[in-house]
Amino acid sequence: MSLAVRLRPRTPTQRWAGLIAAGLVWVVAYQVNEPFWTWLLGDLAGLDLAGRTGSAALFFAYDTVKIILLLVAIIFVVTLLRSFMSVERTRALLGGRREGVGNVAAAGLGVVTPFCSCSAVPAFIGFVAAGVPIGVTMSFLIASPLVNEIAIGLLFAMFGLGPTLVYVVAGLSIAIVAGWVLGRLGVEKWVEPFVFETRLGGQLIDPSAGLSLDDRVQLGIEEVGSILRRIWPYLLIGIGLGAVIHGWVPTDFFVTYASASNPLGVLVAVLLGIPLYSNAAGIMPLVESLHGAGLPMGTLLAFMMSVVALSLPEMILLRRVLKPQLIAAFAVVVGLGIVAVGYLFNLILAA
Amino acid sequence: MIIKVLGPGCANCKNLERVTREAVDGLGLDATIEKVEDYPTIVGYGVMSTPALVVDERVVVSGRVPSVAQVRELLTTSA
Repeated sequence: MSLAVRLRPRTPTQRWAGLIAAGLVWVVAYQVNEPFWTWLLGDLAGLDLAGRTGSAALFFAYDTVKIILLLVAIIFVVTLLRSFMSVERTRALLGGRREGVGNVAAAGLGVVTPFCSCSAVPAFIGFVAAGVPIGVTMSFLIASPLVNEIAIGLLFAMFGLGPTLVYVVAGLSIAIVAGWVLGRLGVEKWVEPFVFETRLGGQLIDPSAGLSLDDRVQLGIEEVGSILRRIWPYLLIGIGLGAVIHGWVPTDFFVTYASASNPLGVLVAVLLGIPLYSNAAGIMPLVESLHGAGLPMGTLLAFMMSVVALSLPEMILLRRVLKPQLIAAFAVVVGLGIVAVGYLFNLILAA
Repeated sequence: MIIKVLGPGCANCKNLERVTREAVDGLGLDATIEKVEDYPTIVGYGVMSTPALVVDERVVVSGRVPSVAQVRELLTTSA
């Protein structure tokens, strides 16, 4: 029996008591995180926290706990809220929409709909078979990984409101414009013909319907476990790099090679991001580390978006329904959008 | 009883198959469990979020992996 099932409350009192207790434990853990490590590494282990090894070790320990705590809270709340939405409901909302308005709606729904890239193919077929235009469907598929609520929560906690808004607006714009452009290109001929021949049968069931509050809480706990299990190597690598940068790399190293005034910075960041594949939550510690080392925010956002939106595994998956021409067009249009966003924000934030 | 596990072979699809087998064995049901990995057939059932569970051609779960107890309950009510 899984932990989430064993934790399942038997009465409403138990449920609320459990949630409040978990919340309190979280707040206390978040508050004592820094003093605890300072005491353990500085006073008890006797490390010089201003020195290289000491500051790197403190950063690694403190940041790992901080990011895991943030992720637990954000993933839980996001999953709970998202359990009220579903791909089925989104498709019903998008059915019959024209391009333009449809692209905007699809990008917005892409953000709030619970969606795993492993469902990209059935969702694509299902949308198209229900008469949602290809361009609108693409807006949904681009926005879904690109603007990720967990990344929104982490960005807000680490960098504040400004960069968070920049991220959301930029991501939505890319999804809307790229989907619209792909729709304009008349890409129907680049979709495998069987997609159009698929007939929807059976009775549609909405996974978001008929769940009790306890079911939703359980989904939240399970999702926390499943995401952390998937992304922990990325977290440790990102935070580890941050620790190394903290202790050993001179801060002007990155500023010299990747400052906002370096015209190739954004381009290199996007190209580096393509072979890397992680979700937005997994890449965030690395973004924080590199930002601490003086890399400009526009370059970092472009890097993050390239990692999450242009991924080889997802393109291989989509090859089942899309011809190589459309996959190439998709990569080029989204890639150009990300590069444009990177330069634009380096310009705005530097000014 | 014919039970079908719909999904392209992702981790959650394997979890759903395992959970379903446990539930069937626990109930001692005489059921065949089939895997459906072919996309047009999956979407043909109206399913867009995998994995999904189909019992006697009726979709009972989609988009999540239920617990063994929940599958047992679903199978008892469908029987």
